[in-house]
Amino acid sequence: MAASAAVTANYVLKPPPYPLDALEPHMSKQTLEFHWGKHHRAYVDNLKKQVLGSELEGKPLEHIIQNTYNNGDLLPPFNNAAQAWNHEFFWESMKPGGGGKPSGELLALLERDFTSYEKFYDEFNAAAATQFGAGWAWLAYADNKLKVVKTPNAVNPLVLGSFPLLTIDVWEHAYYLDFQNRRPDYIKTFMNNLVSCEAVSSRLEAAKAASS
Amino acid sequence: MSLDVGTGKTTMEPCLESMKTASLPDLPYAYDALEPAISEEIMRLHHLKHHQTYVTNYNKALDHLRSALSSGDHSSVVKLQSQIKFNGGGHVNHAIFWKNLAPVHEGGGKPPQDPLSSAIDAHFGSLEELMQKMNSEGAAVQGSGWVWFGLDKELKRLVVETTANQDPLVTKGSHLVPLIGIDVWEHAYYPQYKNARAEYLKNIWTVINWKYASDIFEKHNRGLNEF
Repeated sequence: MAASAAVTANYVLKPPPYPLDALEPHMSKQTLEFHWGKHHRAYVDNLKKQVLGSELEGKPLEHIIQNTYNNGDLLPPFNNAAQAWNHEFFWESMKPGGGGKPSGELLALLERDFTSYEKFYDEFNAAAATQFGAGWAWLAYADNKLKVVKTPNAVNPLVLGSFPLLTIDVWEHAYYLDFQNRRPDYIKTFMNNLVSCEAVSSRLEAAKAASS
Repeated sequence: MSLDVGTGKTTMEPCLESMKTASLPDLPYAYDALEPAISEEIMRLHHLKHHQTYVTNYNKALDHLRSALSSGDHSSVVKLQSQIKFNGGGHVNHAIFWKNLAPVHEGGGKPPQDPLSSAIDAHFGSLEELMQKMNSEGAAVQGSGWVWFGLDKELKRLVVETTANQDPLVTKGSHLVPLIGIDVWEHAYYPQYKNARAEYLKNIWTVINWKYASDIFEKHNRGLNEF
């Protein structure tokens, strides 16, 4: 099954790898304060309460996610566990001064599997824009191929058998303070100004190593 | 449908030209009329952006449906159903929602009278208990959706239900009639309440239009015996 070494057990609310105002003007400090400080924190706190005293207590986050997905008929801890994982993965998918066209191996694979970076860009944008209601869009790696995936609510590629490489949160709370209803503008801003190509590249290396 | 008198067979002619498009209904009150429970900023965005977008995209989907039907492209007809459900549901649900709300000076928040009031007491114990049930189910919706207070016409009882995304109440049961729906998509409260959905739910009762709910309830009860 997929492994993502950076996001593991210990239900801790890890801070993003940059100060809360570091993504301005593309993602405001106020958004980070609520999104990380309230929403992400609540998933972590509620997960702790939920698994307390159960056989899941102390198990790694990914274990809880895989064991409560239940083929889509979600068991109660899934939502909090997956959202805790997703959000940590999301903060680490961004960096100040990020965005734009990658280089090296990542670019080569994007060009191989999407024809061009631009085609990938359009497909990722479309997935993020058309995920109805709450959810996430992902670049994922499976069967030696890159692909774009969109998921509803808390679902992530781990439960679909793929290695997540990049994600954008399209729950309204992720963009409402900065963009209101304008999700497409948020997605473009994310792609052009926030994506950490380093994070995506290192996850790709890990995914390829784990697959071979 | 037309009847071929010679063969006795009927043929289906979809009356596509007369298919009505949806349009954004006017809000029955000013954008700031529901303050402080719901801010003017939210009402403007919610009505003029979100609801309008559902209407626009629903009409686009209907247009594609029209073409697909005309050309007998059945797989496109089926494929369009999710667009129709999302956007059509969004239109239907929001059209009800604006009527479910009223400014305080126009009766918003005023508790229902009989017969709805007695029916609520019979089913939930009291109005407060109904509100608490709606609040707790509304708070528990994961992702986007609605919490509904409805009437089951067939079983003659009142229910509280939730639906995901823009699924109308009828997707939970074809005999269900919505009396009050509360939008718990984040766009319904975020600028004002941020992550505090429970606070939004607590406050919205001050502008709930029980008169509308009573009218729908009574309309469905006309002619029935004891409810």
